[in-house]
Amino acid sequence: MTLREIKDLLQAEVLTGEELLDIEPTSICGSDLLSDVLAFTKEKSLLLTGLTNSQVIRTAEMSDLIGIVFVRGKKPDNATIELATIKKIPLLATRLPMFESCGILYRGGARGCSEVK
Amino acid sequence: MNPHQPHIEIKKEISGGDFSTAGQISSELKNILQQAGLPPQFIRRVVIATYEAEMNVVIHAYRGTFSTSIYPDHVEVILEDEGPGIPDVDLAFQEGFSTAPPHIREMGFGAGYGLSNMKKCSNQIEIQTQVGKGTKVMMIFYLDQTQGNSSVSNK
Repeated sequence: MTLREIKDLLQAEVLTGEELLDIEPTSICGSDLLSDVLAFTKEKSLLLTGLTNSQVIRTAEMSDLIGIVFVRGKKPDNATIELATIKKIPLLATRLPMFESCGILYRGGARGCSEVK
Repeated sequence: MNPHQPHIEIKKEISGGDFSTAGQISSELKNILQQAGLPPQFIRRVVIATYEAEMNVVIHAYRGTFSTSIYPDHVEVILEDEGPGIPDVDLAFQEGFSTAPPHIREMGFGAGYGLSNMKKCSNQIEIQTQVGKGTKVMMIFYLDQTQGNSSVSNK
């Protein structure tokens, strides 16, 4: 499942990285704890989160994540979007809450971090 | 080329409480390691550990220095801060233990995985700390994972 398909399934808006949406994440992680993301995610994962501060982008950068979806209608400020643009990390924003977003993607065939090697 | 001399040395200052630039040094280190052509998996474990350490200085200390030496077969990182120190290092290594205040938890940090994650990502970690003075964290990352398997020493 590519980021473009994920964008369609979540009826998400692209905040940056439109040209990077053909990438396919190896797994998907939903978390509002960056400590957990740093400790448990696999590289090339997609992160779903309700956090919008710039440290989300830094966490994605260090963990080699391929994109971030902000859930429940949250959007980061322009400086955070700009940092993601520089770091080539696509950002999506959906109005759907975390549980529903994860459920839709799981039903669509996406898998979690503990399910991939 | 002498394998015992670092090819690249970097020394940067960290400001405690400055969340706008937190992570910038680890980001610069990532670029340097990428330019050096090191494997992505190796770079990932180095910068996850240094980012955790950098955030610890920003969260807990007043100021600090971040020094990196890049050798042909390993990377050494030393973060030294002026700050409150760690009263019980063994406790601080326990997963789930955190002293981070509420505003840090609201940012998504303070789950108590920082030090244990730094230990997991590095091959050697040593912590010297003095309550009321500060903390020095030294980490070594070997390109060959079989060397120096995640030992911890406290002083």
